[in-house]
Formats: sequence, C-alpha cells, structure tokens
Amino acid sequence: MPAEKTLLSFTLNGEAHQVLAPTHHTLLEVLREECAATGTKHGCELGECGTCTVLVDGQPVLSCLLLAVEAEGRAVETVEGLQLGNQLHPLQAAFADLGAAQCGYCTPGMLMTAKALLAANPEPSTEEIRAALAGNLCRCTGYHKIVQAVEWAAARLRGEATAEPPREALYGSPEPQR
Amino acid sequence: MLRLPTFDYYRPTSLAEAARLIAGQSPDQVRLVAGGTDLWPNLKRRHQKAEAVVSLAGVPDLRGVTCRPDGSLKIGALTPLSELAAHPELGARLPALVVALGSISSPVLRNQGTLGGNLCLDTRCTYYNQSEEWRRAISYCMKAEGEVCWVAPGSPRCWAVSSSDAAPMLSALGARVRLVCHEGERWLPLPELYQDDGMAYLTKRPDEILTEIELPAEAASARSAFWKLRRRGSIDFAVLSVAASLWLDGEGRVERARVYLGAVASFPAPAKATMEALEGRKLDEETVKAAAELARRDATPMDNTDFQPAWRGAMVARYVEAALRDCAGLPRQRLEPRLGQA
Amino acid sequence: MQPLEKPEHDAPAEGEERPLNLIGKAFRRVDGRAKVTGQTRYADDLSFPRMVHLKLLRSTVPHAEILEIDASAALALPGVLAVATGEDFPVPFGILPVSEDEHALCRGKVRFVGDPVAAVAALTEDQAAEAALAVRVQYRPLSTIASLEEALATPEPQIHDYADSGNLHKQVSMCFGDVAAGFEEAELVLEDTFFYSGNTHLPLEQHASVAVPEDDDRLTLYSSTQTPHYLHRALAKVLGLPGSRIRVVGTPNGGGFGGKSDPFQHEIVAAWLALKLGRPVKICLSREEVFACHRGRHPVLMQLRTGFRRDGGITAQHLKTALDGGAYGSYGVASTYYTGALQTVTYPLPRYWFEGARVFTNKAPCGPKRGHGTPQPRFGFEVQLDKAAVALGLNPADLRLANLAEPGSVTANWLQLGTIGLGRCIEAVVAGSGYRERWGKMPAGRGLGLACGAYLCGAGLPIYWNHMPQSGVLVKLDRSGGVAVYCGQSEIGQGSDSVLAAIVAEVLGVGLGDIRLCVADTDLTPVDLGSYSSRVTLMMGNAAREAAERARELLAQAVSAMLEVPLERLAFAEGRVFDVAGSEPGLSFAEAVIAAEARFGTLATTGSYVPPRAPGKYRGAGVGPSPTYSYSAAVIEVEVDPATGLYRVEQVWLAHDIGRAINPALVLGQVEGGVYMGLGEAMMEDSAYRRLPKRLSDALVHKFPSLLEYKSPTFLDMPEVTTYLIEEPDPRGPFGAKEVGQGPLLPIPPALANAVFDAVGVRIDQVPIEPQMIVKALEARAAGKEARFGPRAFPSIDFGETLSVPTREEGGDGRAINDFSRGKSSRRATSGTMKTREEVLGEKKLEALTTR
Repeated sequence: MPAEKTLLSFTLNGEAHQVLAPTHHTLLEVLREECAATGTKHGCELGECGTCTVLVDGQPVLSCLLLAVEAEGRAVETVEGLQLGNQLHPLQAAFADLGAAQCGYCTPGMLMTAKALLAANPEPSTEEIRAALAGNLCRCTGYHKIVQAVEWAAARLRGEATAEPPREALYGSPEPQR
Repeated sequence: MLRLPTFDYYRPTSLAEAARLIAGQSPDQVRLVAGGTDLWPNLKRRHQKAEAVVSLAGVPDLRGVTCRPDGSLKIGALTPLSELAAHPELGARLPALVVALGSISSPVLRNQGTLGGNLCLDTRCTYYNQSEEWRRAISYCMKAEGEVCWVAPGSPRCWAVSSSDAAPMLSALGARVRLVCHEGERWLPLPELYQDDGMAYLTKRPDEILTEIELPAEAASARSAFWKLRRRGSIDFAVLSVAASLWLDGEGRVERARVYLGAVASFPAPAKATMEALEGRKLDEETVKAAAELARRDATPMDNTDFQPAWRGAMVARYVEAALRDCAGLPRQRLEPRLGQA
Repeated sequence: MQPLEKPEHDAPAEGEERPLNLIGKAFRRVDGRAKVTGQTRYADDLSFPRMVHLKLLRSTVPHAEILEIDASAALALPGVLAVATGEDFPVPFGILPVSEDEHALCRGKVRFVGDPVAAVAALTEDQAAEAALAVRVQYRPLSTIASLEEALATPEPQIHDYADSGNLHKQVSMCFGDVAAGFEEAELVLEDTFFYSGNTHLPLEQHASVAVPEDDDRLTLYSSTQTPHYLHRALAKVLGLPGSRIRVVGTPNGGGFGGKSDPFQHEIVAAWLALKLGRPVKICLSREEVFACHRGRHPVLMQLRTGFRRDGGITAQHLKTALDGGAYGSYGVASTYYTGALQTVTYPLPRYWFEGARVFTNKAPCGPKRGHGTPQPRFGFEVQLDKAAVALGLNPADLRLANLAEPGSVTANWLQLGTIGLGRCIEAVVAGSGYRERWGKMPAGRGLGLACGAYLCGAGLPIYWNHMPQSGVLVKLDRSGGVAVYCGQSEIGQGSDSVLAAIVAEVLGVGLGDIRLCVADTDLTPVDLGSYSSRVTLMMGNAAREAAERARELLAQAVSAMLEVPLERLAFAEGRVFDVAGSEPGLSFAEAVIAAEARFGTLATTGSYVPPRAPGKYRGAGVGPSPTYSYSAAVIEVEVDPATGLYRVEQVWLAHDIGRAINPALVLGQVEGGVYMGLGEAMMEDSAYRRLPKRLSDALVHKFPSLLEYKSPTFLDMPEVTTYLIEEPDPRGPFGAKEVGQGPLLPIPPALANAVFDAVGVRIDQVPIEPQMIVKALEARAAGKEARFGPRAFPSIDFGETLSVPTREEGGDGRAINDFSRGKSSRRATSGTMKTREEVLGEKKLEALTTR
C-alpha cells in the first residue's frame, strides 16, 4: 500500500540527506520545506518560468515538476552548494559584480542552468548561452548582464584568471562624438 | 505555492507490473506518468484527476535510441527530449526530427519531458489549462466537469488543440508506436493513435502503455522539414507547426508526400489536399506554392491558443510553403526566423 | 569590496571640491553576494515556530452581491484553524486617501473574478488550499462591465458609489493657456487616436507575507512590499491598532515594478489572523493571484490633437485619455492625472489642454506600473511626432532636436524643469545607429524608429499630504569604524541598498564593507515613502548625503582639534581622515570616531529630504511635479516580413540622461531592464480578458493568468542593446544623480511603431503590435485605404468642467482662474499640500501638518 509519506535519501550539494516527505510533494517543496534550502525559488510551480531550476545528477531540471521521490538516490545540487568554502563560484562572482542579479529571484535558477551549460560546454558562444538559458525567465535585467556574466565566468573557469568583462558591460558604450 | 493533490504513487520496476497496475482502471482512477511535465501541471490545476499515479521511471528498457542494421530506428518512449535533440546519429539521419524535438518548450523542460509523453500530450485549450478557481468562474468546460465547449458553444464536441511537436513530425516520417497492456500488445501507425476529438484525442486505451516508437529505414531517405509558429523563442507551445516528409523518385518527382499540421486541430492534421497536389509533381516554385495554398482547408484554428485565429489560419499556407521550400531546396523567404524555425 | 575598475577620468561633480572615491565606479552591489548564494531571505523564505498557513478564497463571479458564505464544510476539514470573512473587516482602506474603496475581504459585494471573499488558516498550505475551495459562497449576480465602452454606456449599477458620475471614477479637464489661439497659429494639425493595451508587472516573486504576533497587541509583518510605510498606515487603520504596535518589515522584493506598491488584502488578513490565533501566519500567493492583485498598466484609449509650425515647433496640444481602471481605485486618480502631466517636459508645449477620465470595470484593478500613466500618452505623442516629421519633410531627429525644452524652464502646466540631457541623448542614439543616414533609405522590410521620453525623479508630493520629510536617513558611527545606516527605503532589485551605502561611504571616505544597512523596517528606520515614482536615488540619496555630511562634520571638528589642522584642509578617503596639504597619514576613520565620540558623545546624525515646492497651485497640480526629470532617447531597428506581419527587433540603441551614475553597472542594468519591459509591452504583453457569450454566461475572466500564456520575452526574444549613459549632473540630485528605473522604458513602444513604419510604410497606432495588425494595415493600403491599424474613434466622454490655468507666458500665477471647487473633489483643492511648510508651521496646528 503506498504511503502518504516517504522516507527519502539523496545527496544535497554533496551531503547525504534523509527526509520524511509527503509523497505528493515535489522536490521544490521538499528542498524548501524539509531541507531548509530556501535558496531555490519558485515563480509558477507549473514549469513555465525556470525559476526553480536545480541540478539532478548534473542536469538542470524544474524542481516544481519533479516528484521528490524521483530524486531518491540521486545527486541534487542547488545554489547553496555553488560556492567553494567562503569563495564564490566564478559564476556567482560574475553575476554579483555585473549586476546580473537585480532582484535576485531568478538568479539561483539561472546560476544552476549556467553551471550545467559550462560543465558541458566550457566555451559557449553568446548564442549558445542564450539558447541554454532560454527556459529561465527574468523580468529585471533584459538578460544582457546574465549573458555577459556567463561569458566572463566561463573565461575564468577556463583558467583565464585575468579575464575582465567588456568595459561596455560596466560603463556603457562611449558617447559617440558628433 | 500551487501544489499537487494527494494520490497513491506506484513505481513499478517492470512493464508487466505497470500494465497490471493500470488494468481495468479509468484515467481518473489511475494515470501514467513519464517525465511529468504535462501531468503534474494538469493535476495541480485539477483539470485532470488521479487517485493513483503509476510512474514509468523505474521500468527498465524504455529509454534510448537503437539504430538497427536495416536502417530502421527504435526510440524508447521514456527517452528525454533533450537526449534525442542532441543525439548525433538521429541528427545525422533525421535532422528535421531533431529540430522538432529540440523546439519543444524550453531546454530545461526537455531534460524532463519524454518522447512518449509528448506524443500523449493532453490536448490544450485556454479555457481548459487553467486553475480550479478560474474554471469555476466559467462554470467549467466540456473537457473537464462542464458541459459547454466555450470555444464553440454551439458545438457538440471539444475543440482542444493537439500541441505535440513530435506527433506531426513522426507522423510525416512514417513512425509507428507500440502499445502494451496487461493482455498483450499491438502496433499502430502513429497517425492512427490520434483522432479529431479534443477529449478522446487518443485511440490508445487508458490501460495501454506507449512503450516505443519505431521509424522505418525509408524515413531517412525523405526530404523533411519542420516549421513552427509560436510567440516566443522558447517555452511556448506551438500555435501552428508544419511537418513535411517528401520522397522523390529518380526524376525528382514527388513519389509520396506526408505533410502534417500541428496545433490547428485536435489531432495532428494531415494536409490532404497539399499532399495530393504534390504527388507526381516536381518540386518547383509553382508546385510548392500551389500545394501550400491548399493546406488551409485542413486546419481549424480556433480562438483557444495564443494569436488571433484568422491570422493563424492565414499563416498555415505560409508555413507549409516554408517547409516545402526547405524540402525542395528552394531558397528561404523572409519569415521572422526566431518564430519561423526552431 | 573593491571597485572593479577605476575609470580613466575621475572628474569632480559640479560644485564638488574633491574627487569622488566610489561614486561613478562600477562596484559590486552590496546585496550581490547574498543574492548569488541563496542567502537573501525573501518573504516566502521565512518561517517561524508554530507558523500556520493562510489561503484566500477569491470570487469566481465578476460582479455580484454576496448572499451567504458557508464555511462549515471548510471548518470541518483537518488542520483548519479559522475562517475569516468580510464581516471581520469593517474598515476600508486604499492607497490613496481619495479612494479608500477596498476591504481586506469583500463586504456585501464582489467586483471582479479574483476579489478575495474569505480566508482560511490551517496547519499546512495543502490543508488551507483544500479548505478554501470548500468554502461555499452564494452570489446574486449584477450586470458585468467589461470595457471602457460598456462602463460609459452603463452608469448603473455602479461598481462604486463614490465615482464622479455613474461608472466614471474620475473626470479631469485642465486647460493651460489659450489653446484655440495655438491651433490657429498652426501650419499643420494632426489628430490621431491611439490605444495602449493593459499589461502587468509580472515580478517573478509571487507576493508573500508572514505576520508574527509578538505580544497581546503587538505584531510584526514581513512582506514583499515596495511601500512599507504606506502598508504600516493601512494596517493600523484596518486593524484598529496604534501604529506603534505594528512593525512592518519590507523583505527584499523579488521584483516589483510598481506591482507591490499598494497595501494588499493578504497582508491585512495575515496580520489579523496572527493576532486572532496567536501564531505566525504565512501566505504566498499563487501566480494566478498575482494576476488578480495586478495594479498594472491601465489600458488607455487616447485622442491626440497637436498643432505644428513648419519647422516642427508645437503651437498647441489637446490630449484626451480614457483609462480602463478595473474594479478599484488603487492609484487610479493619480494614474489619470499622469496620463496628461508629463507631455510638456520634453518639447516646449506652449498651450496644452488635457482631459482624462478613468472608468470602473469588473476586472482586476489597474495601478502604477513602471512609467505610471505616462508610457501611454508618450506612445501617442512620439508616434505623432514621427507622422508630423514625415508630413513636414523633416528628419524626425531634427524635428526633435530643434524643439527641445529649455533647462530650468517652467512648462505650460507649471512644472519646474531641471537639467535636460535630451539633446545629447538624441545625438548619441542617432549617431550610434546611423539614423540620419539610414532612416527612410533602408531596404524594404527594414526600418529604424526614433522616440524619446522623460520621467520623474520622485513624485513631488507624498500619497497622503503632510509636511514631513519624504525620506529620512540615520547614520550611526561605531568606535570600530563601522557605520550603520538606517533608512525606510525598500530594495526591489533596483539597487537602492547600493545607492544608500555608496553615498554614505563616499561622504565619509570609508569602504562599502564598513557600512551596515538597516532598511525598510518601520520600527527601526526613519520613514522613506518607498520604492515608487523613481524617487529613491534622488530623495533617499539627498537625505543620506545630508546625514553623512553631518557625521563628517562632527568627525572633522574632532580631528581638526586633535591634529590642529584647519577644518577645510581635512580630507576623508580610503578609511582615513588626513590633512590634504600635509604628508602625515592623519587618523584612521575608527580613530576619528573615537576622537569625536569622546568630544561629542554618542555619534548619530540624521538627514532628511523634502522636495522643492512646485510652482503650480491649481487643483491637480500635485501630480507631475518632481525635483527634476530624467530623459531618454531610443532608436530601434526592426525587420518586418510583409507577407506574415512577423517582425524581429534587431537592435536597440538607448541613451539615458542619468545626471550622474552612482554605480554605472547598476544603471545599465536598469536601462536594459527598462528596454526589455518596454519591448515586452510593445511586442506581446497584454492583460487580455475573456467574456463568454452573454446569453450563456456573465463570466469575465483574465484570459490567461499564467507565465506561459501571458507572454514575457525570453532570452531569445531580446535584441542587442547599446546603451549610452549621458551624464549632466543636476544640482538637485545627490552628486548630480537622476532616476533610471522607469524612464528608459518610455521611448521603446513608440520607437518600435516608428520603426515598423520605416520598414513597411504602415502605421500601427496601438500596442502591443501584433503581426496581424501589420498585415491588416498593409491590406488596407493595398485597398487604397489609410495605411494604418489602430482604434478608429474616441468615444464621447464628459470630462467635467474645464479648469482654466493661464500659462506663465500669459501672465498666470499657477492658479486656475475658474476654480469654484466642486464639492466632491474639494479635499485636494483645500489640502495643505498647496501651502509651503513655512506657512503651515506658522499656523501652529497639527492638522495643518499631516492627514492622520
């Protein structure tokens, strides 16, 4: 007989977790409500905005459309696990420095999707970045700073430690002279 | 937060067990789930109901692509769309199919959505894909709990739309599907899986499981194209899609044409007049144009998707023409690229 | 946190004697780290011991009397603790004192599908949701009003009985100068009708609140609100508690755009239930409920008649606007005035007649969205200018450049202008896009469109009239060298926290890391009115600068005495206080604090900001004034397929007159975000409603209250944006800064319409521009008809008696010459806002200082 609650085991950001969760709850609910991992946000709970994106076995998924019991035995990664010690992940640093996070609400989903992209494709073109993130909505930025941040972080992850964002990304284009 | 209702959850580890669990049950009693990208929103909004859900995720052998020596292909119904869209061999043999699958919803959703799920996608309607509260406000509709089809209140039928992108493309390519139930199994040519009814849109019985999709060797020899109209570059369902596969003879005449329209009927609609007009002819500008103009009569765009229905109807010929031009190797005309192609 | 890059030039601001350390550099936003680590706590991330969950049952009928509410089935469900109804909330509220027409739960009547009728508190959100659906409500339907036309044709039943007339909520008619004479002078008169669809903010964060009872009669409400102060007042009023017992904490907003500027039902109900149950009560709205809260862009039908001289100069303008307001007042009265108020600030408009009306309909209430009331008439104006340029044989850029408003001038409607960088903005986008060389000469299907805009840097008057500061900042210095800054402003993503920290750090010469902020907390922070009307950078910034300068003055006195260096030779930079003329290192900032604290005692200073008084004194003059105005210009390049009407925006060039960028990276983000939102409105966003066949149903529902079907552009729909920041410091802004949150949206919709015209030669006089509109306009042209798609006629509307206000040029004094104050609206006319602070202080009466 199926149970109203299920005892789940999965790793969350590399740490083993065991939680007793309602069987009909999604990974989103379990992360936020049972694991206190509120870094993962939600915007629609219907798979229409990408806000709740987390990685499961390295792949971006919509946590609002994944039953938590389907995460059994799998590796779940959320925004809380991105940084190394107290050091920001290059994606995090780039998002923070460029203002790619404005209200910050879509940011965790963007970061996780971008992380998976860079793991699969360390040197994505602008078009590839846009295509990979196309399921994540943002209402604040107009997306430009996000693309620039992913490009900058990709360069740093490739070992280009001195990589800088283009000056236009920080100061705008120089005023054309008449 | 919008949440799921409670249900009993079963996760069988064999196909036989899955088939046994759903045997003799109605959809409101038990529903199958693969990727969940269709079912979970439908349950959250309560326009589908389920006492129990049977997940196919634990059933082995329902995933992956098998390329047979004879050139035919087998695709497991639970293969995620992203895996198929990025499959090198599939891309080499059937580029239009990869375009179609890679255009479904968004990249992150394609990691969860499966091919079988997309083929069985519930028909959609802006009067139906709404919350319980919203549907109360219109006294529900025929497809769920109500009596009237608000799209066409005088009509005895439901006009919800088949929005699958895989269905028209795989239909054009000549795919067939395997359906397994407790008693046995059967194979159906894909077009026969569907019928022109927004409610009973599948001929599949509720106790049957779609397990695999088979593409004949000849699929790779067709000239195929897939074009899709939607508002945004991602996330949106098609409001019109065109899948065309044309087989030419040695002299460049169309031996066989299969053209299917998505999202303009309750099933993947065959563009019959277009196909007839193509067969036996050479693929020149004139033939393509003339055949495309005939496609409108097989589409029934209604006011239950994005965009104005009359304009969507006018777009049918334009998009069929674009797809046929691709098949014919004619230069592309100016159609807004991000909307016109995946 | 170090600046990422030091700009090559480090020019001192106007009137500044020393170079700037931080301002003007692209630094990491102070909340940046928290936002990329998941540390930022939005309202729905909060939880408390014994917390329970709230769910609202919303009306499923558009207009009806409530006959009976039966909650017995709901109360019997497991986990259910309480049900509330309108009976529990006799006191009305509303953001504007003139339209307090909302109740926390409906009383007697519902006015749209989504109006909250009952509330259920339960142990879990699952249980609350199930129980809410089990509450049964019996309605007696009233006839439904779905549109502007229906509202005009249906005075009864009234949706609200306080409307100016029938279902006309508000009527405005104001004539500035001799408009008839202006039209007589004109060599070209254009009359156009435009329509701008309604749309919504769609913040990704759904509104959420947690109410925590803290004593017998004490409560804290954490909420995603842009206006904690106004929410605080509404709570005190409705709950009947002294404001001193209520603490509102504005949590970081996951996007606002104006949509979280009203006090909302769920906030009040959560607070009430928390006090009733003695337990924390949480609610997070569903996406559909966010659509019900709405307060988004009003659909506006406009008629614009403008007279031009041959050189493009404007002789007169007559603007009529009709706003479909939805079911409640919200900011609607202000929105109505705003559809007229800012027409005058870009190009000289010597004589101007504005008539506006707002109607009630049975739809979610409209309110303030980014640009509040001004994008609609700006759309009409800038498209009409394009038409005028074509008619006069002028390049649209030259027409505008030849007719720019004069910096520091007073407009026909008595607005005091500040600096104007519009000319440089136009030159920048024209040069960047090659507009002068390419406009009118591009291949078929390709086009360029130019448009401009202007916006407030803060509304000149508060929502309720009072003579207290509109922003206050408290700076407290610690012996460690740490600086705590307190301000009521709320961070909604726009970067206000970073502006606050940067200004204080700049003045005191410390690093951003030495600053600790406490914001948006009505118990702990001085009042700031909130994040609306693009007011925060200028108003809070000036208050912060004053507070920091006062602190610096104390430090300087103490250091001056200790080091025996004259005050004027002391500099504050890089965490030190030192003699600019000497070679000694001086004191560290912490040492300076010790010196000052020993001398003066505990160190805390305040700053406050009261905007300058506007010259207009007529009824309605309260809407439009601002300390100064920002300006933007945009060029859009578009590709249009004439066979389908499908189009793609290829690139946007946008120049924004920012005065001075406090943090250029964040300013760019606001510009790009504004362009994005403008494109969404211009291309696809539409708050459409659905009505069923009348013979079968009274239903009236939002067509698609979801993130899937309400179309918000994705990564793949956003073109390249080239941004130019034009810096002409305005002495009224802190370090010369102006706003950027709203202005850059304004030129986008008209620039797109103008680009479509350049591409295919047809006018689309409404937004969003749908492909089928382009096809219809092309078909009309082919049939020999007007090459246009848009509304055909403007209905006959009674705008009420016209207020006649002579312009300054005509010798006016800012007053109307025929205001014999109508009874209903006399409140504004006689309000204290029309007097100066000095005048009311002289009256020595508390009532003269504030509305309670």
